[in-house]
Amino acid sequence: MPDRLAIDVRNVSVRYTIPHERIPTFKEFAIRWLRGRIVWKEFHALNDVTLLVRAGESLGIIGRNGAGKTTLLKVIARVLRPRAGTVNTAGRVVPLLELGAGFDPELSGRENIFLNGAMLGHSRRYMERRFAEIVAFAGLEEFIDAPLRTYSTGMVARLGFSIATDVEPDVLLIDEVLSVGDVEFQAKCVERMNRFRELGVTFVLVSHALPTVQELCTRVVWIEGGRVQADGPPAEVIAAFTGQAAAPGLMTACATAIG
Amino acid sequence: MPSSLLKSAREIVRHRTLLGVLVERDLKVRYKRSVLGLFWTMLNPLLMMIVFSVVFAEIFRFSFEHFTIYFLSAFVLWNFVAQTTSWSTACLLGYAPLIRKIYVPAAVFVLATVLSGLVNMLLSLVPLAAIMLVVGHPIRASVMFLPVAILLAVFFAFGLSLLLAGICIEFNDVVQIYQAVLLGWMYLTPIVYPLDIVPNRFRWLIAINPMYYLVEIFRVPIYGGVLPDARLLWRAGLVAIVALGTGWWVFERRADRIAYLV
Repeated sequence: MPDRLAIDVRNVSVRYTIPHERIPTFKEFAIRWLRGRIVWKEFHALNDVTLLVRAGESLGIIGRNGAGKTTLLKVIARVLRPRAGTVNTAGRVVPLLELGAGFDPELSGRENIFLNGAMLGHSRRYMERRFAEIVAFAGLEEFIDAPLRTYSTGMVARLGFSIATDVEPDVLLIDEVLSVGDVEFQAKCVERMNRFRELGVTFVLVSHALPTVQELCTRVVWIEGGRVQADGPPAEVIAAFTGQAAAPGLMTACATAIG
Repeated sequence: MPSSLLKSAREIVRHRTLLGVLVERDLKVRYKRSVLGLFWTMLNPLLMMIVFSVVFAEIFRFSFEHFTIYFLSAFVLWNFVAQTTSWSTACLLGYAPLIRKIYVPAAVFVLATVLSGLVNMLLSLVPLAAIMLVVGHPIRASVMFLPVAILLAVFFAFGLSLLLAGICIEFNDVVQIYQAVLLGWMYLTPIVYPLDIVPNRFRWLIAINPMYYLVEIFRVPIYGGVLPDARLLWRAGLVAIVALGTGWWVFERRADRIAYLV
């Protein structure tokens, strides 16, 4: 295969210190430390995951809630540094991880475009040139000077998508954000993504919406308990996932996952 | 260690646009909603000064020339360090929505907090100069030394801010503990009183106080009209570098945990 790798994740492990073990105050820490009562308990969100994605691939990541999908995406985006293993990406990686990622609710839409652009590594002059186009794509001309806290969820998502995809990235990471926005905006998103695909942009899409995954992706990875359970063509992996998830005792998990 | 310090510095330089946007945002959020806007920055020290001058010059009766200037020139610098370090205890939590989703070296947020405090401090030099003119205290050429004193204070404040931000992200009660520490610290620094009223057996308390050196090298060119002596300057430089090195070292070691904790 002559293609170069866009994402190279090797033997990555991520461990969280689980929430109820976290000691939030120094006072408590000091008391427990004196009593010798600190227990470090860890939750393995990812366990020795290796994932190689070639440039131009559209990868879907599926799995149950808490399986480690979002963690994997955050590791690729460098938001989380893994405890073990290596992560390498080629070119500009643009994360679309959550609604309002990198926005400040107190600032206006206009100011947020510059803030978000700066976080993605763009200069101010560059953002000034792109400004009109970003606002137009998001369809927010009338509201651009209002503070972001007055925006609806859909409006925030539109602005985020518009900024992140204004320049063609090399790798686009998407976590469940395409489901927001009205029909018209969704159509615009799909159109833009199709154009990217023709240009050879690499996609990683995390979603519970299995039909969307099947439609958009050329390859699907199923994550279960922090490990890669299956990796292959969308139809096969999705079938294996739904088959396993529908097994007795897992009906509820399945309903949450698909619903 | 120096190579990884260099790497962090390069990461910060790469995000300079973000640094600019964050500082601008900080100043905007702080002043946009107040009627007096930017004037508030200048009015605030002015009011402070009137209160302190009345209390210490009139009530305690320290009898030396232009006590107001003696006090204010030190207080401006103290206030810079106190404000920026206490803002930085909460700054990572304040920026949590940004940190959680897009990769940016977290030290950028701390530095932005320090720099916006620096802008504040530079603005408060304007009313200070005005007051010096009004009371007839001469402004001498020695003020040309101030950029050096300010730079050292920025190093110190950035180092201490990194240290506090790194700790507070895990233990949020340190924010309150630090407020209490600051209050005591201010009175242990000769800001509102002259050094010579401190009894000899307590002088060591002043000698181990890093803020004493940083405050003095800032005050001497303004109030005394001369350059600080070499011994003072040497120590101020040392505490600034040690603070920056320690703060950076602690913060860097915790940097991996920050995204997990916010």
